[in-house]
Amino acid sequence: MHELSIAESILNIALCHAEKVSATRISDIHLVIGKLSYVMDDSVQFYWDTIAKDTIAEGARLHFKRVPAELLCLDCSQHYAPDGETLACPNCQSTRVKVVAGEEFRIESIDVETPSSPSPLPLGVEG
Amino acid sequence: MPLNVPIVENILSANDRLAEENHSRIEAAGVFSINLMASPGAGKTSLIEKTLPRLTDKFRVAVVDGDIATSLDADRAAAAGAQASIQINTGGECHLDAVMLHGALNQLDLKQFDLLIVENVGNLVCPADFRLGTHKSVLIASIPEGDDKPYKYPGMYRGVDALVINKIDLLPYIPFKMDFFQRGVEALNQGVITFPVSCSTGEGLDAWIDWLIQNIKR
Repeated sequence: MHELSIAESILNIALCHAEKVSATRISDIHLVIGKLSYVMDDSVQFYWDTIAKDTIAEGARLHFKRVPAELLCLDCSQHYAPDGETLACPNCQSTRVKVVAGEEFRIESIDVETPSSPSPLPLGVEG
Repeated sequence: MPLNVPIVENILSANDRLAEENHSRIEAAGVFSINLMASPGAGKTSLIEKTLPRLTDKFRVAVVDGDIATSLDADRAAAAGAQASIQINTGGECHLDAVMLHGALNQLDLKQFDLLIVENVGNLVCPADFRLGTHKSVLIASIPEGDDKPYKYPGMYRGVDALVINKIDLLPYIPFKMDFFQRGVEALNQGVITFPVSCSTGEGLDAWIDWLIQNIKR
């Protein structure tokens, strides 16, 4: 259910930005998702195929760029990737840590076709 | 060549914007608000039932209840003394979002209240991602759930402002290692204020009530 809400949010944002450039089709959507944000790629793509039907984003491919988690220990200044079991610092075991990367959950860009940037494919040929 | 349109927008930005709007409305009315989250059966409604009778002689409390179906929880909140209780049936959604709370706020004359308690859908995953616009997020953990929950549901434990540990009267009967649990919490949310309580015996509830009153009066 959660992935459905996410797919709907992505669709709304993509359609809004596509409209601003008078796009006729959205072909690709580039997402940046941190390791600490929990999203199932397959599940979002599955819902996408249903909710994007009959919009200019129908058939768009979703690309998930995963960003590894990176933490900073506030006690010993160690930068590290958590091992999954705990977020505590492997160097000094401190739990005073700051998340430097891994919480990303955003749309980076979309690839669209506009009247001024026609598809490289000749008319009538399916991609 | 197709055109690449840079966006760089948070996926849940629409929800976040509406959460900000909810927050402004609540704040402008001078109401303190909490988003109460927990797994099913941890004691969200029980805590509300124990909390309301100790507040409603001095403060006016509204409760918004999120559930997939039924108005059982809103009925219990009303019976416990809530001056208003509104049930949101999510119809299958596993969490409340800012849109749903927005709709509930429209049914409340916020100026009539001092405290707004939003009881989220029982779930340790999804509610963490959907901000509602309340002042504080509160998580209720409970002893029978097991001591490994901070490790298994880090997203929820990381984002909350206060943690209630319910059913501590069951500690003698359940192999719950409190130090293991607390270490997991500390690693995710250092220094988060914690209230060990039992809604059955009433133990520990004073500190929780005091915290609420302090925040209401702020």
